[in-house]
Amino acid sequence: MSVLVVAEHNNVSLKSSTLNTIQAASQIDKDIHLLVCGFQNDEVVNQASTLEGVNKILQLNDEIIQHQLAEHVSQVIINLSKNYSHILAPSSTFGKNFMPRAAAILDHSQISDISGVISPDTFIRPIYAGNAIATVQSLDPVKFITVRTTSFEPVEIVGGSASIEKISLNLEGIATKFLDRKEAKSERPELGSARVVISGGRGLENGDNFKLLNEIADKLNAAIGASRAAVDAGYIGNECQVGQTGKMVAPELYIAVGISGAIQHLAGMKESKIIVAINKDEEAPIFGIADYGLKADLFQALPEISKELDLLNDIAK
Amino acid sequence: MKILVAVKRVIDYNVQIRVKPDNSGVEKDNVKMSMNPPDENAVEEAIKLKDSGEVTEVVIVSIGQEKCQDTIRTALAMGADRGILVKAGDDIEPLAVAKTLKNIVEKEKPNMVLLGKQAIDDYCNQTGQMLSAILNWPQGCFVSELGINDSAITISREIDEGLEQLEIQLPAVVTCDLRLNEPRFASLPNIMKAKKKPIEIIEIESLGVDTIPKVKYLKVEEPPVRQGGVMVADVKELIQKLKYEAKVI
Ligand SMILES: Cc1cc2nc3c(=O)[nH]c(=O)nc-3n(C[C@H](O)[C@H](O)[C@H](O)COP(=O)(O)OP(=O)(O)OC[C@H]3O[C@@H](n4cnc5c(N)ncnc54)[C@H](O)[C@@H]3O)c2cc1C
Ligand SMILES: Nc1ncnc2c1ncn2[C@@H]1O[C@H](COP(=O)(O)O)[C@@H](O)[C@H]1O
Repeated sequence: MSVLVVAEHNNVSLKSSTLNTIQAASQIDKDIHLLVCGFQNDEVVNQASTLEGVNKILQLNDEIIQHQLAEHVSQVIINLSKNYSHILAPSSTFGKNFMPRAAAILDHSQISDISGVISPDTFIRPIYAGNAIATVQSLDPVKFITVRTTSFEPVEIVGGSASIEKISLNLEGIATKFLDRKEAKSERPELGSARVVISGGRGLENGDNFKLLNEIADKLNAAIGASRAAVDAGYIGNECQVGQTGKMVAPELYIAVGISGAIQHLAGMKESKIIVAINKDEEAPIFGIADYGLKADLFQALPEISKELDLLNDIAK
Repeated sequence: MKILVAVKRVIDYNVQIRVKPDNSGVEKDNVKMSMNPPDENAVEEAIKLKDSGEVTEVVIVSIGQEKCQDTIRTALAMGADRGILVKAGDDIEPLAVAKTLKNIVEKEKPNMVLLGKQAIDDYCNQTGQMLSAILNWPQGCFVSELGINDSAITISREIDEGLEQLEIQLPAVVTCDLRLNEPRFASLPNIMKAKKKPIEIIEIESLGVDTIPKVKYLKVEEPPVRQGGVMVADVKELIQKLKYEAKVI
């Protein structure tokens, strides 16, 4: 049977989490279909049509599902589920919202946040904030799965040629009214897929001081992250939080500045390839997992780093 | 208006997790247990609504072993009115929890059910969504702001891109984020008072809920440990290492 992947997008562009999810799907079965549901989503379907590994795109273009509320997306999935052995979505706030709902309506369990595929019914998933790794086997006829995107390489965005099938469904109205969506606009790379992430913690002392990080992020083409303490204190928006209850990141380079390294923070970044920690307290637990630790006052170190990066760039020129 | 709050007893978030040598699970004997952190926010929100007069009764429900009574008592000491313990085995999965909660909802007829957004042990993030689905009620997940009027709630939910605002008709299921509020500490007099508040005990078998797991845990292992690296002397050395040793800049 085939695997259905639910694309994450905003009706304008496809999110990179979709590419990692397709990779996970390809380890289960080679016949992969991609569901793009939304409104005026032709551009997304266009982008998706060349993705490596996708055979068919199911496009639902209907105003009722413009905001992709969980009640609607789950209805769509249930309508399609009889044709599939597996249904996958990224374990982003998007996928987590509707996937358990769809599974429960069909009296199925759901498998959250898989980080590996052992066989079509057996998967690896972190539990206890990544402090234990479970191997789980699904006994359900259809597997409803969300995918930890940082554990799977993205598929190529070119090379495929999917057929496009337009679908229509009579979706029921729901008791929810969409009011607003406040998306933080940023020119920087997406936090979840950036090659470099620089994160600030309570040590930054206020939101204004994040400009010290911005300056370095500009030079490294990095995304900005933060600890929960920094978000709770209002230094920066919730979309920047890295950790157990924030985003998972696994960049080539993660720079933690003024972050102590609580296990809940480590849960979100310890799969990064190279970790740098800058902290004035040499006892800070973050140094225990950092490849390179710098004991320093961040207010001195950050401007110096910025200067050194300029020097490097000059040499490169 | 009545609110039902589901609370889970989990290993305390400060405890260093140890995997059992036979890989059957994690060590829970002689380990400090507490209320799942976002469930405290759910309890707090319900009590705040009661304090403000919007809500008349807050009922706490927990599903699991006898010991879950401690978790229920914590919520009662915070100010909830009464508790329900549904006695069940330890590793009951979210779908079965949701079905059990549905049973309790049908009996108690609350206007809203509050849950935590995610349990920090099984890491599922499913139960609220599942309950909402099988009740055929609307859902509001990962909520960090909640306003209420007679027949609807207005919520702000945390999404990866920022925040989303929805207006949801009651009855509804809401899952709470840690940023929803600051859970109160129970005062000593309230802890004493909570000892007298009623907790009803129900055997899960009597509800006829199917608890046979659909997801089998084959084994649980330690994650690979990440070795710490080196301390660098200064910024110059750091940049040199990143450029020429790690080659990441
Ligand atoms: C259920 C639960 C879920 C959680 N989820 C998350 C999560 O997703 N993400 C997350 O990050 N946290 C999470 N937390 C919170 C976590 O436990 C910590 O409280 C939090 O990560 C601490 O943030 P911090 O390191 O910025 O602050 P602190 O622990 O206060 O550390 C600040 C650090 O900055 C250093 N510092 C201060 N001034 C300077 C200076 N001038 N120069 C250099 N260094 C300086 C200090 O030495 C200190 O090490 C969660 C907690 C719970 C209970
Ligand atoms: N055994 C349980 N008893 C009561 N509530 C539970 C139980 N399991 C899960 N919940 C609730 O469901 C939420 C999400 O749990 P989960 O889906 O397991 O991540 C928790 O924060 C609790 O509010």
